[in-house]
This record gives sequence, C-alpha cells and structure tokens, in this order.
Amino acid sequence: MSKKTERIFVKGNEAIARGALAAKCKCFFGYPITPQNDIPEFMSSEIIKAGGDFVQAESEVAAANMLLGAGATGVRAMTSSSSPGIALKQEAISYMAGSEVPAVIVNMNRGGPGLGDIGPAQGDYYQSTRGGGHGDYRHFTLGPGTVQEAYDLTIKAFDIAFTHRTPVLILGDAILGQMKEPITPWEPENIDEEAGRDWAITGRTDGREKRLIKSLFLEEGALAEQNRHLQAKYDSWKDLTEAEQFETEDADLIICAYGSIGRIAKSAVRKFRKDGKKVGLFRPITLYPFPSDELKALAEQGKRFLTIEHNLGQMLDDVRLAIRTVADSDFYPIYPGNLPTPDELEEPILKCLEGK
Amino acid sequence: MSEMKEKLVFDRPESVIDRPTHYCPGCHHGIAHRLIGELLDEMDLAEKTLMVTSIGCSVFLYNYLNADAVEAPHGRAPAVATGVKRARPDKFVFTYQGDGDLASIGMAEIMHAANRGEKMCVVFVNNTVYGMTGGQMAPTTMIGQITTTTPAGRCQTHEGAPIRMTEIIASLGGTAFAARAALNTVPNIKKAKKYLKKAFEFQLNGTGFGFVELLSGCPTNWKMTPLKANERIKDEMIPYFPLGIYKDVSEEGGVC
Ligand SMILES: Cc1ncc(C[n+]2csc(CCOP(=O)(O)OP(=O)(O)O)c2C)c(N)n1
Ligand code: SF4
Repeated sequence: MSKKTERIFVKGNEAIARGALAAKCKCFFGYPITPQNDIPEFMSSEIIKAGGDFVQAESEVAAANMLLGAGATGVRAMTSSSSPGIALKQEAISYMAGSEVPAVIVNMNRGGPGLGDIGPAQGDYYQSTRGGGHGDYRHFTLGPGTVQEAYDLTIKAFDIAFTHRTPVLILGDAILGQMKEPITPWEPENIDEEAGRDWAITGRTDGREKRLIKSLFLEEGALAEQNRHLQAKYDSWKDLTEAEQFETEDADLIICAYGSIGRIAKSAVRKFRKDGKKVGLFRPITLYPFPSDELKALAEQGKRFLTIEHNLGQMLDDVRLAIRTVADSDFYPIYPGNLPTPDELEEPILKCLEGK
Repeated sequence: MSEMKEKLVFDRPESVIDRPTHYCPGCHHGIAHRLIGELLDEMDLAEKTLMVTSIGCSVFLYNYLNADAVEAPHGRAPAVATGVKRARPDKFVFTYQGDGDLASIGMAEIMHAANRGEKMCVVFVNNTVYGMTGGQMAPTTMIGQITTTTPAGRCQTHEGAPIRMTEIIASLGGTAFAARAALNTVPNIKKAKKYLKKAFEFQLNGTGFGFVELLSGCPTNWKMTPLKANERIKDEMIPYFPLGIYKDVSEEGGVC
C-alpha cells in the first residue's frame, strides 16, 4: 500500500536519501567520500526538516558506531559511504549483526584496491555480501540497477532491517549514484516507528527489566548458542530472494549481471534480441541472500551462462555455486577504471553464443 | 531489657545490582560503579538512563548497574553514545571507559564527541595500564612504569609521555565540564562524586559535554597490594595528573 506522489528528476544518490526519508529514517551519520557525497549533503538539511538529526562524523568508523547507537534505541537510522569507507565501518557492522541492531548502510562502490579511483566499479561484491567484518555473520545486500529501484529498495531496506533485526546494505556504484533519472517517489503507509519496543534500549520505564544490546557471550556455550540463533535467522532468509529475469524463457544464453552492469547488459540483450539471437538477462536484486534457486532452475533447462561484472570475478562464485551440479558460467570482466558500454559487451556475448 | 533501635547508615544503592563483581580485590572499578549507582538513585535517573559500555575490564558494568545498556566496540563508546543521544535526546546517556579504550584507540571519538558538545557524560577510569588484556602499556602509563610491553619501564623518547586527557578535553569548545578526581582516599572519593554529579547536571540541563577522569588502582597489573596501589596514586599519579576542575562553564558563562 502506498501513496504515490509526482514524478521528479534526481540522481541515484538523492533517490536513496529521499527513499530513506519516506521510510521515516530519523538519524543520518555521514562522512565525505566521492561518489556518495550527495547523500549526506541532502540529508544535512532534509532530515532535520523531517524532525530527525544529522551528524557529520569524524570518520567512517565513528559514523558506523553512531549508527549502532541509534539503531540500538530502535530508531530508524542510516549511514552511507564508498568502498574504503565501508571497510572502516565493518567492525561496527559486525557488532550490529552480533547484537542484532537494525540499520541501513549504503555503499556507492568506487574503483579499488587502495585509493583506486572515484569511478564506478563492483569490486566490493565480496566485501558487501560476505559480511566483510569479523565473525560468522551475514546481512541483506540489495543491488539496485536504476534510480527508481534505488528509491524503492531503500524503503525496503528499512523494512527488512526492522523485521529481521539486522543491518542491511545497499550496494550501488558511481554510475547509479551520479546518474539522473525521472522517478516516482512514493510514501509507504503504516510504518511502525516504534518497531523496537520489545527489545530496544529506551530506558527502564514502567519498571520493566533492564535491556542489553551486546555481542559479548563469555558464558559456557553462550556464543555457540548465539551463532546457532543467528545462523537460523540467515537460513530463514533463503526464500526472500529477488531477481529480474528479462527474456530468459527461450534464451540459450543467460547473462548474469547485477546493478548498473545488469542494466547495461540489458541494453545489449535487447540488441541481440532485435537480431533474433536468444540471449536473456538474470539480474540478482538481493545479492545476499543470493537467488540461487531461480538460477538453478534456469540451468536445469539446459541454458548456458555468462557472468559479466565490473570487477575481476566475484559474483561469479555465487553463480557457479548456484548452478554447480548442472552447469558452469563463463566470465567477462570489465576492469575497474574502465567505463563499460553496451557495445563493449557485444563481442564477448557473441563469442559465448557461438561457443567460442 | 529495652529493644535496641538500629539505624541503617550504609546500604547498597538501588541502582547497583546485588551480585558479586568479577573485579580483582582492591580494584577501583567497583567504587566508580557505586558512585554512579548512588547518583542514579539520588538524581532519580535510573529509568531514563542508557549506558554505553566500552571494552576493558569494565565491559560488565551492565551486569552491575540496573539500567539499559549497549556495548560499544573498543574505543568507540563516545560515537555510539552520540548515536544513542541523537536518537533519544530525552534520555540520560553516559559512557564508561578505560584509558586504553579512551586515550588510545578511541582518541578521535572522545575528542570529537567533546568538541561537538554532545549532551552526554563520560566516566574515564585511568589506571595507567590495559587491565583486561593483561597489563600492557597504556597512553597514560607513567614514565619508568614497568608493564608487559615496557619491560624496562616506559621511556619518553621511545614511547612518548603519558597523556593528560582532562586537560585536553577541557580545551575543547563543546566541553561544559571537565574534572579529575582520584579513588584512593575517602575525601577524594567524595570529591569524585561531586564532580560526577556536576557532569550529570550539565547533561540534564542541556549545557554540554561532561567529562570526569578517575585516577584508579589496578593492583593486579601493578603487582602491588591494594594499599600500596593507593599510595602509588598519591605519590606518583596525582603529582603528574593534578586533581581538580579544569572546566566548568557555569563559572565561565556557557558554551556555544
Ligand atoms: C579492536 C580491538 N582491539 C583490541 C581489543 C582488545 N582489548 C580488549 S580490552 C583492551 C584494553 C582495555 O584497557 P583499558 O581501556 O585501559 O581498560 P581496563 O581494562 O584497564 O579497565 C584491549 C586492547 C579489542 N577488544 N578490540
Ligand atoms: S585487572 Fe586491574 S582494572 Fe582489571 S579488574 Fe583487575 S585490578 Fe581491576
């Protein structure tokens, strides 16, 4: 159920910020890094107008820990950054996972390793889908491909965070963040802003027992029990996957690509279809949990696969794991530092189609 | 025989939970906890308190004080508390941190929380060592002090000089109150409580950041009896870390 509003023309970064406000995000903690600066800049005024609070933190480390603090009180909160900044946030993300604190983290992936560049890349797929920080934890990772989807998935990210008491990461890139598109913003209805009332630290009012948000479990067997509990939660997410399938039904070759590259690959697929060539696109939207079953079902129909990423082969592992008993996937890397175009993808796709 | 009337003169504050602590004999963390517990009772704060515990011997503060709490990563308590307070500005928020936690790994977080004038309090327990990890050198370790990572004693040219945090915090714009007390004698403990109360009040009336350093003993890692540890605070620590109020904006006319 939603209330639609008028169309607007915005960058992906601004769409994410607007989506967060629509989802009643009340605290934002930022730190400058390109290509995500539009998010904190927008929030610095707009979240205040919406009755929330904004802090420009002293570092990404501090911003992520502010997020942990705000989330622990049951308030909807968010931070955003880009690759090296996300690396700094990961200790706190691990704490949030360990102590089950809901929060939303945005990563506008830039080129790496090291300082890399400020251009688009997908080199953080491992970092963003494997937990990345210390310990056995997972969190939802959502990979929007369009500006509208960036808006929609930000609203969804807050839903997931509070339904499952988990950090949720939105993985975009410099293309998505900086590209302007028309979108239709919408307002979700019936958001329960006190969703944390059963567990959050809000003060021991009404004489209730004190509450602890913690990830230290020293008592005999306690940590194993906590890990069992967390693992069961992650297992329960298996059915909550989402993927876009485009022209897959009769396709001989399926391109697997996510985010901006998924969108560029879609243009290439359209071109091939015009020429009567049976190519389709499988675009995972939940990168964790990965839509393995859907992919495997396609493999069981005898289709072949080509994974294309703006990195040197990371999601490829998930594709291969999904289809491993039936098929395999070829891979075409776009090197971080290069800007991909649909034309560039034609040759590798054609080669694959012709079995070369 | 007439019945003797007994008057209770000393009891456990309600905010302090009735359970034995895990601290070593002679450790001063227990005294600091009690002072906070007394103030939570006297100022009627327990129900509106959100504590942020740090990583160190005192991480289990939440087992001993009857208030809601969140556990922060090592050094990050002031950032976590910033998030807590910004999300719930009507609550009473404090962190409780050791010297390794606050003055080493967490130096950026403490400086900036103070400088922003976050409406929160920080209780800083300076025992000149990393207690929990077994007595390594801390930023506050005294020159010449032997620790497990300064076996020949801390040397200024190699390890630098002990950091005086209260002086640094007092110099920052958002600090409303900064003071240093010691937990080695009854008069000093009384003063510590007075300072804590002031810091708490500055948060409650929305003035700004309150910081209280407590010079404390760690007999275990100092390899001393509790009595000797108290003497060391007097003879070695207080001369280098002078006690007193370093900033009190109620006397200066406010922070902006
Ligand atoms: C990121 C990180 N680094 C190191 C540690 C290990 N560690 C646990 S407690 C501690 C030091 C605590 O010393 P202090 O802050 O002085 O408190 P005390 O134990 O003396 O009260 C350290 C280094 C950790 N938990 N996390
Ligand atoms: S090691 Fe030191 S600080 Fe830790 S409990 Fe023992 S005496 Fe206290």
